[in-house]
Amino acid sequence: MARIANIQRMLTSGECTCRELTLRYLAAIDSANADLAAYISVTRETALATADAVDAKLRRGERLAPLEGVPFSLKDNISTRGLETSCASNMLAGYKPAYDAFTWELLKARNAVLLGKANMDEFAMGSTCETSRIGGAKNPHNIGYVSGGSSGGSASSVAANLAAYSLGSDTGGSVRQPAAFCGLLGLKPTYGAVSRRGLIAFASSLDQIGILAEDSDDARAVFQVIAKPDALDMTSRTLPNLAPELNRTIGVASEFFTGVSPDVEQAVRNAIDTFERLGYEIVPVEFPLLRYVLPTYYILACAEASSNLGRYDGIRYGFASDMYDDIDDGISRVRSEGFGAEVKRRIMLGTYVLSSGYFDAYYKKAQDLRHAIKRQIEDNVFGRCGMLLTPTVPTNALKIGANLSPVEIYGTDICTVTANIAELPAVSVPCGNDSAGLPIGVQLIGSAFSDAALLDAAADFERATDREFVANLDMGVRV
Amino acid sequence: MKWETVIGLETHIELSTASKVFCSCGTKFGGEPNSNVCPVCLGHPGVLPSLNRQAVEFTVTAGLALGCEIARVSYMDRKHYFYPDMTKAFQTSQFHAPLCIGGSVTLSSGRTIRLNHIHLEEDAGKLIHDRGRTLIDYNRAGVPLMELVGEPDLRSAAEASEYLELLQSIVRNAGVSDCRMQEGSMRCDVNVSVRPEGSETLGTRTEVKNLNSFASVRQAIEFEVSRQIEVLESGGRVIQETRGFNAASGETASMRDKENSDDYRYFREPDIITVRLTDADVERLRSALPETPQARAKRYVAESGLTESDAALLSKYRKVAEFYDVAAKVNAKLAASFILTKLFAEVSTEVAREEWNLKFDAAAFSELVALTDSGTLSRDAAKRVLSAMLETGRSPQSIVERDGIGGAVNVDALCTAAIADNPAAVRDYLAGKEKALQSLIGAVMKASKGQAPIEEVKSALLRAIDAH
Repeated sequence: MARIANIQRMLTSGECTCRELTLRYLAAIDSANADLAAYISVTRETALATADAVDAKLRRGERLAPLEGVPFSLKDNISTRGLETSCASNMLAGYKPAYDAFTWELLKARNAVLLGKANMDEFAMGSTCETSRIGGAKNPHNIGYVSGGSSGGSASSVAANLAAYSLGSDTGGSVRQPAAFCGLLGLKPTYGAVSRRGLIAFASSLDQIGILAEDSDDARAVFQVIAKPDALDMTSRTLPNLAPELNRTIGVASEFFTGVSPDVEQAVRNAIDTFERLGYEIVPVEFPLLRYVLPTYYILACAEASSNLGRYDGIRYGFASDMYDDIDDGISRVRSEGFGAEVKRRIMLGTYVLSSGYFDAYYKKAQDLRHAIKRQIEDNVFGRCGMLLTPTVPTNALKIGANLSPVEIYGTDICTVTANIAELPAVSVPCGNDSAGLPIGVQLIGSAFSDAALLDAAADFERATDREFVANLDMGVRV
Repeated sequence: MKWETVIGLETHIELSTASKVFCSCGTKFGGEPNSNVCPVCLGHPGVLPSLNRQAVEFTVTAGLALGCEIARVSYMDRKHYFYPDMTKAFQTSQFHAPLCIGGSVTLSSGRTIRLNHIHLEEDAGKLIHDRGRTLIDYNRAGVPLMELVGEPDLRSAAEASEYLELLQSIVRNAGVSDCRMQEGSMRCDVNVSVRPEGSETLGTRTEVKNLNSFASVRQAIEFEVSRQIEVLESGGRVIQETRGFNAASGETASMRDKENSDDYRYFREPDIITVRLTDADVERLRSALPETPQARAKRYVAESGLTESDAALLSKYRKVAEFYDVAAKVNAKLAASFILTKLFAEVSTEVAREEWNLKFDAAAFSELVALTDSGTLSRDAAKRVLSAMLETGRSPQSIVERDGIGGAVNVDALCTAAIADNPAAVRDYLAGKEKALQSLIGAVMKASKGQAPIEEVKSALLRAIDAH
């Protein structure tokens, strides 16, 4: 429990140096990554240079800053100057950003030890990590299963003890769903709580950098460092209150339980009982607009993606083509060859819903629905409750190569996308195992800026259950 | 058949903010290609725009100067197209909720030309086609640009040209752009159609893009009008299309079909928060607005009796007008005359007059006008002092007293000397011989080499004799 505190205690007590610890992580990555594909690139020199700086500081008798000396991984869509940031896409293979993401700046300033860039679905589009240019990251609990997506590599690296924690990104569930599949805590903060500057955009109004950690203590330690206002991100907002009071009333909406697998339903019902035993009040609430959240989400996300990904034309950076007749031909060759099938599917969907003649029927309706969904959550849930409890994913963990249709895959996002549409914080906490022995998560969605209170509730739940559902994996670096 | 011409102009004007509209890069024209760029204006993955408050305020200021309504709530949209001049494949612009709505300018004929709206957007990079290669310079990418969309109220090339000149002078005067067509900081697209005189419906229009001089605007319109009339009179049909203008031949040629035009897929820019302006913000900008050149010219005629042409010249350049205003308090006609004859001869280009970078300020100029007004300096002497001021930037007082440059004279000192040197003449004058004063005046004039103003000498001598 609480890896970050443990690591800092080990470093401070001299139990090991930061260089020794970092070398152990790097060795573990060397031996496990071939099977897991958790990392898409390893930043060995950066990690060791940072570790040496931490050791020098310790030798001078200085105290460690929060997260200082703690090895971690960053999703491959968070920009790191001079270090490949490819979004797991052939389009950006070899691309080295000219600037740092704000979150990486914050972590770097605290000598956080970057081990490498975590594998992901291409441009964060996918729910299994399998759209990555190197293939999907595997689930360390059973490598026949996916790690989830899109932050699959982040989840795999933390679950396999190949990183103490990881930063991922969550546009429709991409932090929470892999956290659920891999038995981790996944936090998607309130929209605007963490700067998006340097996060390579998928859908700007939905994207949010999130945290994958073993437990709520670690997630809280990371959140406190990265939830800082950024003057250069106009959507960044200061948290009104870093320690909001926990409203111990939990709303449960029956709509979230239709079409849910029996294993998931059982585990989540048990979680509700646990909260009740802990003294939380469980209140039934209604959320009839749930049936519109997926179409709303996929229209908005694809529309924004089609816009955000327009810049990849091979002219200034990234995948380029030498053979073309004219500029239009050059741009279409680059985009046809550089992007994978799922990315192209979403760009085409997004282009379609924004085109003249279709805009009102799709994009405008989805925007209207977004407002209605926000309002309904506000009125039906947060008028009475502090949190809304749902399964994180309606299905059991997915097998590798299951070859689900896009619509089936999109359907697995049903419980998570609401928080992105409504810009709310949400956390996924392990709450059980399915019949194959793979972890299941329960999700708590909070009101805007109640991020810390959600972690309080998660901590209560962890203490009550002692994380009994999560198998201790005998791999990686145990701390 | 008699035909009527209908013209609407879309004018792009770069704002002279210190930095670009979404990043902190500078906006200076020129410089090595791609020397004035950063990840944000290059549209690198993951960058976010940070809207320049000054660009918003400059657009509002221009809107206020043109009589627009100012939107208290507006936002940016993305306008999508694939072309290498735009690093993100979309231009951040305003489509659904522009900053300024309506507005108009009034031509000298008294006709009012309406604006539809003014919106804020970003400029694009520049493609340079060179020996089979295409090079791209992104220095201009992200420079704030406002687009002034005019209604189709213009009826001739001459009106279009006057409208543009008015826009240029009003926007320059508002201090938000240098509006230099030759440097591309002001550019124009014209929409032209013709219809039978008396008809109420608009004919099919063509658009001629990217005109960068007044002459091009006039030529392009004239060419299009006669081309369209020829097409229609020979039984043909004008095709709605975008046409390019060839400045060498003065002709337009088809570029692409508007009917198959790009679908810009506008949607609201999610990375930029809503722009909210309070009434107090708008009032602050309104009260900071300088007098318009037109109002100023009227005032010069009414208050100082300047001719209309002199008044128009003085009010055309804001910095010149402000410079003049200070000295006009002393003597308006003298100040006007010095500026229009002497200073405009030295500062002769449009650009130099706009910038009005003299080595001395309006206070020093006022001092010179005062010295002339009081008769201390003759007009000729004053002009020589002015030359010395232009050259050295020193104050007129110091030039007159210490250097005597330009034959400037110190009348009082010369008179005192003349009285001391000619005691007999003084005695004669005091004894009632008026003619003796003439010999004293003659002595002073001789000493000043004819430069001393005679009336001034006379009164100075009388004062000095009284005090003697």
